[in-house]
Amino acid sequence: MSTSTFVDEKPTQNLEAFKGVKKVPHEEYYTSGHRTCQGCESAEIMKLMAKAAGPRTIVLGSTGCMYVANTSYYSTPWGVPWMHTQLGSSGSSALGAAAAFRVQMRKGVMKDEPINVIAFCGDGGGADMGLGAISATMCHPDYNLLILMYDNESYANTDIQISGTSPYGVNTSFSTPGKVKRIMNHRWKKNMAPLMMVGHPTVKYVGTISTSYPLQAMNSVRKALSIGGPTFIHCLNPCPKGWDFDPILSFELGELAVNTGIWPLYEIECGKLKLYGKTKDIANGRFKRLPVRDYLLKQGRFAHFIDEDIEYFQSKIDEMWNKWLVPGIIPLQKEIEADTPPSL
Amino acid sequence: MATLTLPVEERKKTQEQEALITGAEAIAIACKLANVDVVTAYPIRPYDTVMQYISQLVADGEMDCEYIVAEGEHSQFEIVKHASICGARVFCGSSGVGWMYAMEALTVSPALRVPMVCMVGNRALDDPGAFGVEHNDALAVRDLGWLLTWVDSAQEALDTALIAYRVAEDRRIFVPLAISCDGAFLTHSQALVKIPAAEQVKKFLPRYDRGDLLLHPDNVISVAPQANEDWVMEIRRQNYKVTEVACDVIREVYADFERTFGRKYGNPFFEEYMTEDAEVVLLGMGTLSTPVKVAVRKLREEGKKVGFVRLRWFRPFAGPEIAKCLERFKAVGVIDRDFSFGSPDLSGVVATEVRSAMYSSSSTRPPVICFIGGLGGREVTVPDVETMTDVVFQAAKGKAQPLTQWIGLRG
Repeated sequence: MSTSTFVDEKPTQNLEAFKGVKKVPHEEYYTSGHRTCQGCESAEIMKLMAKAAGPRTIVLGSTGCMYVANTSYYSTPWGVPWMHTQLGSSGSSALGAAAAFRVQMRKGVMKDEPINVIAFCGDGGGADMGLGAISATMCHPDYNLLILMYDNESYANTDIQISGTSPYGVNTSFSTPGKVKRIMNHRWKKNMAPLMMVGHPTVKYVGTISTSYPLQAMNSVRKALSIGGPTFIHCLNPCPKGWDFDPILSFELGELAVNTGIWPLYEIECGKLKLYGKTKDIANGRFKRLPVRDYLLKQGRFAHFIDEDIEYFQSKIDEMWNKWLVPGIIPLQKEIEADTPPSL
Repeated sequence: MATLTLPVEERKKTQEQEALITGAEAIAIACKLANVDVVTAYPIRPYDTVMQYISQLVADGEMDCEYIVAEGEHSQFEIVKHASICGARVFCGSSGVGWMYAMEALTVSPALRVPMVCMVGNRALDDPGAFGVEHNDALAVRDLGWLLTWVDSAQEALDTALIAYRVAEDRRIFVPLAISCDGAFLTHSQALVKIPAAEQVKKFLPRYDRGDLLLHPDNVISVAPQANEDWVMEIRRQNYKVTEVACDVIREVYADFERTFGRKYGNPFFEEYMTEDAEVVLLGMGTLSTPVKVAVRKLREEGKKVGFVRLRWFRPFAGPEIAKCLERFKAVGVIDRDFSFGSPDLSGVVATEVRSAMYSSSSTRPPVICFIGGLGGREVTVPDVETMTDVVFQAAKGKAQPLTQWIGLRG
């Protein structure tokens, strides 16, 4: 038994970054056997996540489309052990599995080796129902685990309803525009990755990824699994069914989300923020953000927007980049005008 | 004399000890003896004292486990559920609405075949707030595939916790099991308890082996995929099969417990007290056995032939055995420390089950009167028991009695 007074760390696997697409191994651990939609980016991140983690991994999947559309009895796409977990339980499931492995290895009844424990959840399971459990799990530095939240901005398994990460004004089956009210969802998307980082200062890795940048996505997963302690990744996944667009546009919409500045890509490693991809160029002024109109109008879920709505949406993104203390990420604002010495 | 010179830790390994402890502490010691791997805690009275003891055992290096304080009961039960599926022996527990907060996790665990062992410190459900005992919390899972047992002393709590792991982790069973301890009356009451030697417990309780259901990279399985109408009935049937063999497994384990530790419980499913020549009996679960036994002795002195049957196992409900036992008497009074609003005859849960068991398994059906009492931790007093006994004797004489009566109710 460890007598450490501080954090009782256990070694992780050392998963070095893939140096390029040609260096990525051929083996798949999420393969045929699922029945997700054409152009499904949520299934894409399942595949990338499993590939990045490799065979000495277990995956715990909370209820959502990546449960129901993925795993039908007698037909599973998972080449690593996978288990269904309840909608709000991604945090507790990972904690339970990591604790079980740790204690059995300590007692000598299980081979001592680092096993990747990954729990995934959708935005409904992660940003809504499971937030408390994920938050609690992020506070346990002793356990090595990754919570990956795939975000298709709706409850995509139950006929598309708004979640805590749905965009402002979006048309879903719980927020359909009507004769009197055009906008039924007044909520702004929950800022999950910074919430996880700022709220849980001992967490060593939090990242945002997009399936339109698969190499970075896989390397983010590999870093999260290698750094130790609980980690969190938030992935944006365009959804042809829920967002109402032609599946051929899945990849392009992922890029547009980044290029319009609505979906910043970054890693926060031991408290240090590192922007990457086009997000870095936006922040450095090397790339001018594309108008959000280009992103919104490609999706049927915003078809009811009038110019006024698009302008409001754009103003909120401009605010993210022009007023936030850490542009695009931390929504605190400096009170510059009031920053005068106190007069005695 | 020589053994007395052994250091305390050595004596604990090889010799039975005796200590003055509460019911909650007895279960904590059982967890230590069972070498439990993962424990999750969340505060709610009165069960939570068990977690105070376990946390101390961990801090003192007497117990080696992962001890996790969760952020709510739902997570508390989900954590141990997953730990169990990854091969760990687990313990957790709750009380009252805390148990209800965990309901989703409690619901899925039997079908996932998770042999978690839990302590329920029975407590009244909110609202209004009350710390005292009521059995509706644990009883809420009675139809879901859990095994449920009620104990009435600290000794029985400790012994039953060891038995519970053997029963739950038997591959023929593999479902969760809850040990109910009446809040305050048992959780917080001290008694002298014989603590078995660690080495003996090791013999009695082999390591939990999840076999081919283990979630581990060496065993690539997919657990609980969507089944829908294609297979759900067949999967439910597997849980039904557990209940078919549960009574036999429990009998086997009690027999082995007796062989190993020398302590006898007789019939595992219920305890009979002064029933041999009894004309009528009272039946109940948990610590109301104390006032009832006192009253039975007093009434016997007055020449009234009354006995008492204390139900230990509610799930499985040993229907035919219970019916066979009760048909010997002219009338039965069931004391329900619970309610089942709107049930047949507006009775409590236990009385309804007893009547149902008698209907199918007994040729002579004595009247079964339900007494609802002791709710919210109110004491069931000796005069209460005398009143109930009088009613049951009237019923035995063929005088019709209301089928449900509230006892100890203020006007």
